[in-house]
Amino acid sequence: MPDALPRRRITLTVNGKEHSAETEDRYSLADFLRHGLGLTGTHLGCEHGVCGACTVLVNGEAVRGCLMLAVQAEGCRVTTIEGLADDDGALSPLQQAFMDNHGLQCGFCTPGILTTLTAYLRDHPNADEPEIREALSGNICRCTGYDTIVRAALAAARTIREGAKA
Amino acid sequence: MSSTAFVGQRVKRLEDPDLLTGKGQFLDDLKLPGLLEAAFVRSPFAHATFTEIDAEEARAMPGVHAVLTARDLPAEMQGQRILLQVPHPQITNAVTQEPLASREVCFVGEAVAVVIADNRHLAEDAAERVIVDWEPLPAASHCDAALKPGAPVTHSSMTDNIAGRLNLGYGDVDAAFRNAAHVVEERYAPHRGTGHPMECRGVAAVYDVVGDAFRIWTSTQTPHNTQRAVIDMFGLSEDKVRVITPDVGGGFGPKNQVYPEELVIPAAARLLGRPVKWAEDRREHFLTTTQERDQVWDVAAAVDADGVLLGVKGTLIHDAGAYLPWGIIMPYISATTLPGPYKLPAYRMAVTVAFTNLVPTTPLRGAGRPQAVFAMERLMDAVAQKLGLDPAEVRRRNFIQADEMPYDMGLTYRDGAPVMYDTGDYPQAQALALAKAGYDDFPARQKAALAQGRHIGIGIGNYVEGTGLGPFEGATIRILTNGRVAIYTGAAAAGQAHRTTLAQICADEMNVDVTDIDVVGGDTGVMPRGAGTYASRITVNAGSSVRVASIELRGKALALAAAKFDVKPEDVELTHGAVRIKGEQGDSITFEELAKMTSGMPGYALPKGVKPDLEASGYFTPPQATYSNGSHVAEVEVDAETGQVKILKYTVVHDCGTVINPMLVDGQVQGGVAHGIGNALLERMVFDADANPLTTTFADYLMPTAELVPDCDIVHMESPTPLNPLGAKGAGEGGTIPAPAAIVAAVESALTPFGLRITDCPITPQRIVELIQTAQETIQEDH
Repeated sequence: MPDALPRRRITLTVNGKEHSAETEDRYSLADFLRHGLGLTGTHLGCEHGVCGACTVLVNGEAVRGCLMLAVQAEGCRVTTIEGLADDDGALSPLQQAFMDNHGLQCGFCTPGILTTLTAYLRDHPNADEPEIREALSGNICRCTGYDTIVRAALAAARTIREGAKA
Repeated sequence: MSSTAFVGQRVKRLEDPDLLTGKGQFLDDLKLPGLLEAAFVRSPFAHATFTEIDAEEARAMPGVHAVLTARDLPAEMQGQRILLQVPHPQITNAVTQEPLASREVCFVGEAVAVVIADNRHLAEDAAERVIVDWEPLPAASHCDAALKPGAPVTHSSMTDNIAGRLNLGYGDVDAAFRNAAHVVEERYAPHRGTGHPMECRGVAAVYDVVGDAFRIWTSTQTPHNTQRAVIDMFGLSEDKVRVITPDVGGGFGPKNQVYPEELVIPAAARLLGRPVKWAEDRREHFLTTTQERDQVWDVAAAVDADGVLLGVKGTLIHDAGAYLPWGIIMPYISATTLPGPYKLPAYRMAVTVAFTNLVPTTPLRGAGRPQAVFAMERLMDAVAQKLGLDPAEVRRRNFIQADEMPYDMGLTYRDGAPVMYDTGDYPQAQALALAKAGYDDFPARQKAALAQGRHIGIGIGNYVEGTGLGPFEGATIRILTNGRVAIYTGAAAAGQAHRTTLAQICADEMNVDVTDIDVVGGDTGVMPRGAGTYASRITVNAGSSVRVASIELRGKALALAAAKFDVKPEDVELTHGAVRIKGEQGDSITFEELAKMTSGMPGYALPKGVKPDLEASGYFTPPQATYSNGSHVAEVEVDAETGQVKILKYTVVHDCGTVINPMLVDGQVQGGVAHGIGNALLERMVFDADANPLTTTFADYLMPTAELVPDCDIVHMESPTPLNPLGAKGAGEGGTIPAPAAIVAAVESALTPFGLRITDCPITPQRIVELIQTAQETIQEDH
């Protein structure tokens, strides 16, 4: 019989809101977000760090939610797909561009792709198509064949650049 | 009057707002009060027997509620196996899986027990402590070897590995080969890879003890098949089993059948009186979700001196895996797809379906067609090579012409009807594709590239695909008391945007905006009969039923309003969510008012002429398949040292009849091509000699990524079919079907200086280097 499983309380900010919750040490950040906080927008596609569906932003950086333990997120700022739109519900330029360019089909990989591109376009607002494809190379999408995703990212980059100028 | 405000337009998807903000509800997202989670104990051997399962320690672990083996399942399930989906007289051994194996396992991953615990982590902990007294047996690991004398048998009760035999054909094949000016003969070994939707499978069940009823959510393409399997297994009436598909994260075929977990989880929910869920993980998906894998074609083509086909003959071995959940449908489709867009006077194909100790195979995007197209298109290329003709020219000389439609191929399709191509212009499809691809200039491009030491090549893939199969799909359209229009359909979506497509069709008939329409699909509780989302059939079947039912509902709304205003039905018309008397000052009544009027008042008679059914239902039953077609042209560059392939340009001409939403069809085609690129260059399930799977992560089994898949140049041709009221044909699989043929031909063309033939796929970099080395060694030996 195994000993009682080690647990601890962690405090972190998710989508701008502070959470304090108990978790088993062994829980991944993705499992904690989904089952501990009920934020099921983050999806698990492979649980071995390849498909990228579970990508969330930790202190602004794109991170695989399946490869990071929840307890490692103590004190961190985490953003999930639920936190990408404005507080008033307006879609982010990237979300809107996905809608306008048919950037998703089943939508299962979409959370990880949106978070990945949100961080990437923030840091690389002038990215061209090959750069965006490289940035996306850690995210698997089985439905779209990627080109609408790339188009959406390029369109979002334009919107972001125009917003920065205005 | 039918307008075309939405049909044919690039209408944005109604599905997107929820999916873009994390509000999708996929199976593993369901929050059911008191939910328990399951983990399965699975076989580590490809073939083994067992007598005892010791679950004592597991049962005592914290948070564990039950460990169930086959003998712990309810009495109704004892001795039962999962229903065979498609029986066929040529099946010699119709064996399907048990819900939990009771004494013998026949592939790695077959389940023998299930642990139900407070959460998945605890369930997995306990599953590891379940001890099974395995007695390993020899295993059949490849379909070709499995048919050789003395091969290990897949099931200990069998004497050989033959699952079924089929002989298809027509015409005097022997005469064709006797009279041939040339014969080409090759062995093709296409490997189909697996489906890999990004969401794995999953099922959750609630048992209502008061009503003796199940509510089951499952990530499936066919909720009605799951319902039927549960009904049959537990001996219940239809109203006791409601199966609902939540958002489904991709299907591609493998979610198109009933799995053991879909029976075991409901059983556990009933035994424990608690909701129970199982969400498959990716490793389980590699091990237990059906695949479509190896075929071995030994085929020969007889042609005259001009390269015109006289006949094709050959044999096909198809890998069934360990069980036959879908019967022998795939090799049947393969054999009937092979002739493709070409006039083939004589044809004979002998098919053997072989059991192996691998996870079962069932239809996967393309369903046996990519392999058949690979074989036929490779044969055409071989003919071109032998006669010194351009591959496009050989195809041109053999096309069925547009004015020969409808064209009877002389075969019986899997729907029992003749293979009767309905509409299409195959020569024009290829001509357009070649023009778009810059085919005529290619020799100059290739020469210039070669001068720089670069190997570029071009390849063609043509296909005809039977789509839109019956039996039926249905829809009910209702005007709701909130004024909205609701579509209820059995069809379950997995990313295809049924909601948008069906709303477009309905909106045009009801004269409302697509955003005024609600669509509920994939729920046996709203539509009692449904066939499923497979075979590129939903737009044809569900779409046609939506159109027919919408027209009927429109008539009812007009008649009702006319009665209300005491005018003739032809004097009223539908406007935006209302019916009004024609003319500038005409009275009008909104859909909301109409629906409330038909709901009546307690105790009062309905007004004269008013009936309570402001709805219409219909099932569309197509008489036969409708045939989509297309031409793909791939241009690639191959690094002869590393074997790396880069796709420089990919052109698609696609004809799926009337296009309801070009944006969505483009998406289906582009995504389908990506899948085909995986099949051509990357995706292979590798098993060792003992039938152990060696590729069980996305690090071992490579999927196409954004860097590999180009932006396809897609051209739509529209040859509407007369076989349904939309004129539509299926579009879900055509992107995938010819892609391996076109890409492999392009790689071979790029490697022309090495003089090699490629007869298998996928061709990974390692395989390409191996082929080049073998070709060079052969040249050296010859000198």
